[in-house]
This record gives sequence, C-alpha cells and structure tokens, in this order.
Amino acid sequence: MARALINVPPKAKRGEVIEIKTLISHTMETGFRPDNTGKPIPRDIITDFVCKYNGQEIFRAELFPAIAANPFLTFFTVATESGTLSFEWTGDSGFSATESVNISVE
Amino acid sequence: MTRQDEPLSRTRRRFLLEAGAIAGAAGIGLPRGSEPAAATPASMRAAIRKIVGEAPLNRGKIKIDVPALIENGNAVPFTVSCESPMTESDHVKAIHVFTEKNPQPNVISVQLGPRAGRASVSTRIRLADTQKVVAVAQMSDGSFWSDDVEVVVTLAACLEGT
Amino acid sequence: MTRAAFLLLTVVSAGVAASAADIPLGERKSGYDFMAPETRAMQDDDTANPAMLWVLDGETLWQRREGSAGKSCADCHGDARTSMKGVAARYPAFNAARARPVDLGERINICRTEQQRATPLAFESKELLALAAYIGQQSRGMPIEIADDARMRPFLQAGQDMFTGRQGQLNLSCAQCHDDNWGQKLAGAAIPQGHPTGYPLYRLEWQTLGSLQRRLRNCLFGMRAVSYPYGAPDYINLELYLMWRARGMRVETPAVRP
Repeated sequence: MARALINVPPKAKRGEVIEIKTLISHTMETGFRPDNTGKPIPRDIITDFVCKYNGQEIFRAELFPAIAANPFLTFFTVATESGTLSFEWTGDSGFSATESVNISVE
Repeated sequence: MTRQDEPLSRTRRRFLLEAGAIAGAAGIGLPRGSEPAAATPASMRAAIRKIVGEAPLNRGKIKIDVPALIENGNAVPFTVSCESPMTESDHVKAIHVFTEKNPQPNVISVQLGPRAGRASVSTRIRLADTQKVVAVAQMSDGSFWSDDVEVVVTLAACLEGT
Repeated sequence: MTRAAFLLLTVVSAGVAASAADIPLGERKSGYDFMAPETRAMQDDDTANPAMLWVLDGETLWQRREGSAGKSCADCHGDARTSMKGVAARYPAFNAARARPVDLGERINICRTEQQRATPLAFESKELLALAAYIGQQSRGMPIEIADDARMRPFLQAGQDMFTGRQGQLNLSCAQCHDDNWGQKLAGAAIPQGHPTGYPLYRLEWQTLGSLQRRLRNCLFGMRAVSYPYGAPDYINLELYLMWRARGMRVETPAVRP
C-alpha cells in the first residue's frame, strides 16, 4: 500500500506560481542501521523523484538516506496551461510509484 | 557510497583554520569567510567540490530555513530558498544540500529551471547529531552560492526498547 | 483506595512535588502543547502530516470486503464520516460479551473475526493502524468521553493502580512523571501530562504510526519495568484510566509527536 498524498491547487491563473506538496509512504531505510543480530539492514530508499507538467519535466530530485522516512517534498511551478501534473518516485529494490493530478488554468 | 574520512595527520594550521571558520559560521564573532566549504570536515568538503569543481563558492543569495533546536533528528523540517528572477536567462539550475556529521554528506540534490517560478524547496531531513548543514545553489550563469547553519539536535528521552 | 489515601500515597511516594493526582480540566495540556512549533505545524497541516498516509489507507480498507462473510466495514457501518463520529472518543468501552473493556484496536478485530469472518489483524500492523487512524480521525476535535459505567469501575481502578504504583528497577510510577513533574525536562525533552489524545499517532522517534500500547511499552522500557505482550489486559486497563483522566480533552487523531 505505497501511497502518496499530493496537494496542488485545482485551479490557478495563468502565470501564477503555485506550490506543489508531495508526501509518500516509504521507510527510507538508511543502510547504516544494524538489525537485532548486529548485521546492517540493507539500504532501501527512494533515490529519484521527477515531476512532469503535461509531459515536460519541471522538477527533479535525487534523494539520499538523510531524507526522513515518508519523504515530504514541496516545490513550486508556474501554472502555464491546463493539464496534468505527474509524479514518479523510483528507488532501491525496484521501487516505483506514480501519481497524477489535474490542474485547470485560466 | 565511499566515505572519504579526514586524514589522521591533519596539520595544526589546517585545524585552526577550520575551527576558526566553524566558529565564524556559528556566529561566535569571527568574520564570515567567503569559502564555507573550507570550514567543514573532509567528506563534506569533497562532496561539495564534486559539485562545484574549482569554481569559487560565494556566500549569499541562497538561504537555509531550519529550526535552531531540534526535538528529534529523525525528521527535521528543512527549507532552502534562493533569490533569483527564475527567467530563461537568469535562474537557479540546481540546489544541493550537505551535512558534515551524518554517515554520508549528501542529503538531497534538486534540479530546477525557469518553469519553477520560485527557487524554494522544503523537505524533512535526518540529522544524526548537532552539526552544520550546507546548501549550495548552482546558477544558470555558472556561479555557485552557499549558506550554512549550525543545528542543535537533542535526543529523545523515551526510546524504543527493542 | 479512597481518594484521600490515594493522595497521601502520592505525596509520600513522590517526595518531591506534591501536586494533586488528578489534573483539573483547565490545567490539562495535550502533548501538542509541549511540542516545538514546527512539530505542531506538521500535525496541523493534513497535507504535511505523514499520519494522513495511514488515514488514506484506512479509508480504502473500510470499503474492502474481507473474510468468508465477504463483508466490508462499510457494508454494516455505512459512511464512516457519520457512523464513526465520536466513537474513538469513547474507547476503551465495555464489551458485554467479554465482560470487560476493549480498546479500539480490539474492537476492530472483534468485527473482523465475528462479522467479517476474517483473521484478526496483527498488533501494530499497517492495516490495523490504518483503520484505527481512519476511525479515530472521525472524532477529531470531539471531547474524550469515557462512559460512567459501574461495570467499568474495577478496570478503571486497576488502571489507576498501575498508573500510580511504583514498578521496575528504577522504582518509578507513571504518576511521578506525568502528574507530579509534567512541564519539567527529562534529558532534553519536556515531560508531558501523558494524555492519549491523538492515537494512533506518528511519532518522529518511530518514523511511523504507532498505537498507545506501543507508547506504553516505551514508557515501561524507560522505567526498566516489565512490559506486557500486546493486547494484555494491563494495557487495556491503563488505556482506560488514561482516557478517563483525559476526559473532556479534544481528540487529535492522527497526531504527531516527537
């Protein structure tokens, strides 16, 4: 049940700078913690995040183990046209999650 | 994920230089230098140099917003913002965040462009200990700008038993 | 134990501060009030509160048909936003068939085994926490109201005895911290009054959502006392006492704590 919570204003004026908030369920296991037997727990993190606006990349982040569990990331974009904002998270052990939201620009 | 540790035989001069720069950054009264990267332990310095190369690292334009005293280092609210018109010809291309005492120096690297409208990113970071956090912005003209803050992390009193 | 004897015992045993055992409503403070502004902000904003990820899962699980009966929570209870309003504020509640109080997690599992004919969800499992968070959220802002039920009194008393009795290698009671020394510091952290207003909650220390029982186990570990297995009646009694002690305070589920 990897889930993401996206917050984007549903409507915006053309040219307006809007804030995009993203939250995704992930343990972000650092790879530096030992388990009960003293062996290190293998690293399992989200390594990459990409946001596209109508297919065009507008924001990209590379994440390291120092990002807190259940990564929260907020950033801005200029509302240019109505359409879809898509979000993609990828990481260790083949982790992949996608979400998309619509925005109406007047 | 190789970690370059500080050489064991660090010279006294180098130590004094670094200590002075750390004191300056922490606001102890020494003037702030123009090269904060030189004020940090070697692994973080190396990570920053990997991004910046030989270009000068200027102080200013970019600003870290983080609480000075942290209740729990597992999730520290962190915002980094950079002054920029964010136009095609003058914008922030990337922002990189580093720490000096976490197991590895990199925290996050983001790539932006004029379509961002505003060069500001918020997230939550892990801080293993009281330490310095550095942010570096790369501008479209090729210049680099940095800010650093000292964050005090207190330990939770009630820990899990297992 | 009479109240006078109880007070006397508290005064004698605490030795340091001799505050009244029962904190008056006007002086009751949620753990929220002791948090740093940025941690409060995390709880206040549903788009930033990581516990909302569990609430979303709970909303999905509410609709999912489970067990050999092939029923979902919604098939019996309808829209949780109306049917579950105020429910979490009344738990632990007396269960007549078992002749004892049950907490919300156990109540969910009773529904699973008896109505849905499904296997019970494991303690601290993502599913159980998600359902408890979703149900709990429907009471957000409502006052905690434990029924004054004669059948509950022995359990309430047992919970109070556990709260005020010294235990563990450090010979401490819950009351010594949370009645007598709240507001002071334990290492770098403020000692809260210990009101369970926001469970299940997202604890930064855990980096995940957890139940009140998990939190109580942390306390017992800190006191170097024996912790009971999940679901033990001792926890239910203590949960009952703590919710009664927090009566009138507002439910914050899903809360965030350091």
